[in-house]
Amino acid sequence: MEWEVVIGLETHTQLQTKTKIFSGASTAFGSEPNTQACVVSLAFPGVLPVLNQEAVKCAIKFGLAVNAEIAPRSVFARKNYFYPDLPKGYQISQYELPVVGKGSMTIQVGSGDNAYEKTIRITRAHLEEDAGKSVHGAQEGMSGIDLNRAGTPLLEIVTEPDMRSAAEAVAYAKKLHDLVQWIGICDGNMQEGSFRCDVNVSVRPKGSDKLGTRREIKNLNSFKFMQQAIEFETRWQIETLEDGGSIHQATVLFNPDTGETRAMRSKEEANDYRYFPDPDLLPLAISENDINTVKAQMPELPEAMKARFEAQFGLAHYDANALTGSRGTADYFVATVNEGSDAKLVANWVMGSISAKLNAEDKDISASPISPSGLASLIKRIQDGTISNNAAKQVFEAMWAGEGDADQIIESKGLKQVSDTGAIEAIVDEVLAANASMVEEFKAGKEKAFNALVGQAMKASKGKANPAQVNEILKKKLGA
Amino acid sequence: MINKSLKQLGAMLQGKEISSVELTQEFLNRIDRLNPEINAFITLDKDRTLSQARRADEMLSAGKGTALTGLPIGQKDIFVAKGWRTTCGSKMLETFIGPYDADIIERFDAAGAVNLGKTNMDEFAMGSSNETSYFGKVQNPWDRNRVPGGSSGGSAAAVAARLCAAATGTDTGGSIRQPASLCGLSGLKPTYGLASRFGMIAFASSLDQSGPMAKSCEDMALMMNVITGFDKRDSTSLNREKEDYTRALNKPLAGLKVGLPKEYFAEGLGPEVAKVVQEAIVEYKKLGAQIVDISLPNTQLSIPVYYVLAPAEASSNLSRYDGVRYGHRAKEYGDLMDMYCKSRAEGFGAEVKRRILIGTYVLSAGYYDAYYLKAQQIRRLIAQDFENAFKQCDIIMGPTAPSTAFKTGEKADDPVAMYLQDIYTIAVNLAGLPGMSIPAGFAPSEDGKRLPVGLQIIGNYFDEARMLNVGHAYQQVTDWHTQMPEGIE
Repeated sequence: MEWEVVIGLETHTQLQTKTKIFSGASTAFGSEPNTQACVVSLAFPGVLPVLNQEAVKCAIKFGLAVNAEIAPRSVFARKNYFYPDLPKGYQISQYELPVVGKGSMTIQVGSGDNAYEKTIRITRAHLEEDAGKSVHGAQEGMSGIDLNRAGTPLLEIVTEPDMRSAAEAVAYAKKLHDLVQWIGICDGNMQEGSFRCDVNVSVRPKGSDKLGTRREIKNLNSFKFMQQAIEFETRWQIETLEDGGSIHQATVLFNPDTGETRAMRSKEEANDYRYFPDPDLLPLAISENDINTVKAQMPELPEAMKARFEAQFGLAHYDANALTGSRGTADYFVATVNEGSDAKLVANWVMGSISAKLNAEDKDISASPISPSGLASLIKRIQDGTISNNAAKQVFEAMWAGEGDADQIIESKGLKQVSDTGAIEAIVDEVLAANASMVEEFKAGKEKAFNALVGQAMKASKGKANPAQVNEILKKKLGA
Repeated sequence: MINKSLKQLGAMLQGKEISSVELTQEFLNRIDRLNPEINAFITLDKDRTLSQARRADEMLSAGKGTALTGLPIGQKDIFVAKGWRTTCGSKMLETFIGPYDADIIERFDAAGAVNLGKTNMDEFAMGSSNETSYFGKVQNPWDRNRVPGGSSGGSAAAVAARLCAAATGTDTGGSIRQPASLCGLSGLKPTYGLASRFGMIAFASSLDQSGPMAKSCEDMALMMNVITGFDKRDSTSLNREKEDYTRALNKPLAGLKVGLPKEYFAEGLGPEVAKVVQEAIVEYKKLGAQIVDISLPNTQLSIPVYYVLAPAEASSNLSRYDGVRYGHRAKEYGDLMDMYCKSRAEGFGAEVKRRILIGTYVLSAGYYDAYYLKAQQIRRLIAQDFENAFKQCDIIMGPTAPSTAFKTGEKADDPVAMYLQDIYTIAVNLAGLPGMSIPAGFAPSEDGKRLPVGLQIIGNYFDEARMLNVGHAYQQVTDWHTQMPEGIE
C-alpha cells in the first residue's frame, strides 16, 4: 500500500519584549538562575498579572504578516496543571478565543526543476507565558528550579495539517523562522529555545481523506532534527500499521543521539487542563486603530519585496525568492544595489559565492566579512572592466579572508586586466605566428580552432588580457 | 475613649490631646488583655506597630497628618504586608513572611495609619463563622459562645471588642457584611474594581473585594477615601477619578426610594431578624424614604451559582501552594507527586479541600459546560435582576444574614447550613455591586443574650457615597452602632 504522511506544526516563538508578558521582570537570556524572577514570576500570594502591550503588538504584527484575522476580542485562559517549573500551578494562555485567527503562508519546497510552491493554512496564533526550567544534577539528589524564563511571552502558531512530507514541514518551519525575525518579533535563536516546534505526524493510505491517529513530536529545536524526527516517525508509523499494529495518540520525544522518536506519555493519561477564562485579566480588546498603528510600523514583507525585486530589477522569480528568504539577505542585497551595483550581478554574487561561504562557515549574512559596500566596490571593478570574472573570484576570496579592500587586492596581486589594444595586438601576433597550424585549421572551417587561439592568447598574457578585446582583435586579424 | 469613632480620635490626634503612640499603646494593652480569649488577632508585631505610631506622630507634628494619620487599624491577615507574617488563616502559610506590601497596606501606610496587627479569618477566606481558621476560632464579643461570622471574623470581633478603632475586611460572598451583622458593626463591600486586589490573597478573583469594617458609616467613608483608587498592578482595577466618600453624608433622605426584595423576606429568614429589619424600615420611612416592593427572582440561584464559580476560581488560585517555593512542605515524602499530595493534604484544612475538590470537578472536561458555563450564564441573570430593580428604586434594603450569631460548632459539620448564611449577600458579589451592613438593633437569644442584627443596604454601581449617606442618616437617629458588648472594659 502507498502511504501519505500528514503533518501539522505548533511553533512556540519567544517574543522579543524587554519584560515578561505579565510582569516587569526582564526577559534577558543567560542570567544567574532566579535573578529575573520577581514576585509575579514566583507566584507569591496576592500577586496579579498585568498584560504587556508590547507582546500584543508582536501578535498583531504576526497576524498582519500572514494575512490573518486579528480578533477584536480575545480571552486569556488558565491551563491548570502541577509542575515545579510552573509557579502558579496554571499557565496563562489563550484557549477558545485566540488573538490571531485564520491566516496563511506560502512556502517554496525543493530546488531546481523539482521546486514547487504550496500554501500552508495557519489555524491560529495565541499569546501565552513560558514556564521556568528544571535544572537537574546541579545539586546531589535534588532538582533545581530556575524561574528566569517563567513568564516570557510566547506566540504559539498553529497550522492546519497541510504538510505532506518532512521537506514541506521543514520548509514551512524555516519560512516561519525567517518571517518572525523579518518582522522583528522573535530573535529566532533556536539554541536558546526562542523558536521551538511541536510536530504532529500521522499517516494514512494515499487517497484517503480520513486523518490517521497522530503522535506529537515535542520541542524540536533544529531543522535537521525536525527532518530526521519526522522521517523516523513516519517510517515507524507505516511499519507499525503494516505489521498490523495501531497508532495511539501520544506525545513523543526525539533523541538526536539515536535518531529515534519515543513516546513520553500517552494522551489517555494526560492532564485534564481545566481551562477557564482567567478572572484576573480582562478580555483583550484590539481596535482597528490599534491594528493600523502597528501596520504603519510594519517593514515591507517578503512577498511584497519579492514582487518588487522582480519588477524593479528584472530578477527571476527564483532569484527574488532566494534574496527575500531572510531579512538579512534582503537588506544586504538592497544595500549593495544602493551603492550603484548592477542588481543582477549583485544577485548572482549574493546567491552564489557569498551564500556558499556563509553556508560553509555556518554564518549569518550579518556576520559576512564582506560588507555591502565592499561587494559593491568589487562589482564596480568587474563592471568597469578592471578585472575579469576569474580575477574577481580571486579578489573575493582575498576580501573574505580579510586581506583588504577590492582595489588594494587587485593592485597587490596584479590582477588588473590588460585592455591596452597595442599590447594585446602584439600578443595576438605572437600567438598567430607560433600557431600556424591552428590558423590553417580555422581557415579550413574548424570553429574550435578559434577558441584554442583565444586560450593561447590568454595564456600568453598570464590571464590578464581582457578576453573580449582578445576576441575582437583575433577576429579582425583572421578576417573572420 | 475606646468607643470613640475614627473621626473623633483623629480630631484628638490633630489637636494633640493624645499621641498616636499613646493611642496605639492603649489598644495594644487591650489586645494583651482580651485577645487571648477572643483570638481576633493572630499576628502582632508591637515594635513595627509602635514605630509606625511614632512616624505618625512626626507627621502630625509636622502638620502633614491626614484624616487617618496615627489611627490604629486592624488588617485582615489576607493582605500581604512587607515583613509581616501573612497566613491567610492557613497552616499552609504559617511561616510565610510578606515580601511586599499589598495596595491597601501601602495606602493606609501613605495615609499615616498604624497597622495594629493581622486579624484572624477563615482559612483562605472560606467560611462564615471563622471556625475554619488554622489559628483557632474567634469569639463573638456579644456572646463568647457564639461565632463572629466570617470570613472577616477576626476584624469584626476586634472592632466589636474595641481592640482597634477600625479594621479591614474582604468580601467574596458576604465576608465583610455577615460578620459586621453578627458583631454589630458597619461594613461595606465596594463595587468590584474600586479597591485594588494587588496583595490581597486570592480566593475567587472575580468576586473578591476589600472594604472597611468600622463602628459607623462616617468612619467607613474616611476609610473608603483611603482604600479605593486605581492601581495599574490589578488589571480589574477601575481607572476612575478619586471620590470623596464623605461628600454626601449629610444629605436629607426625603424622596429616597427604598426597594424591598420580596425574596429577602421569605422563608428562611429568622423571625427575630425580620422584626428588627422591619423596624429599621419604619425608621427610614420617618426619615422620608419611600418604600417600593421589588423582586430579585433569581435570588435562590445565587448560592448554587456561587458554589460553582467561587470554588472553580479558588481551585486554580490555590494551586500555587505546592510546597515548592514557599509555604508548608511535608517533612517526609517520596517523589514529586508525593510531595505535592502530602504538603497540600497537611497544609490545607477541610473546608479549603472541599472547595478545591468542588472547583476541580466543575472545571473538568465533560462537566465544564453543565456547571461553570451554566453558572456564568445565571450570574448574568442575577446581575440583570438588580439592573431591573434599580429602575424602580434608588437603594435596596433587607437583612444581611438570615439569623443572628449562631453557637460555635453549631453549623461546623453542616456545610450547606453554613453556606445559607450568605443567601442575602452573595448575589451582590455575583453582580459586582456595592453592599453594606449596618447595625439595626438587637434580638434576644434563647439564653437571654442581646445579639446584634444587621440591615443590608445594596446600592447601584459606584453609589457608595449615597449608601454611606443612607447609613449615616440612620445612625444620626439611632444608637445601635455605638453600643458595646459587656465584659470588654
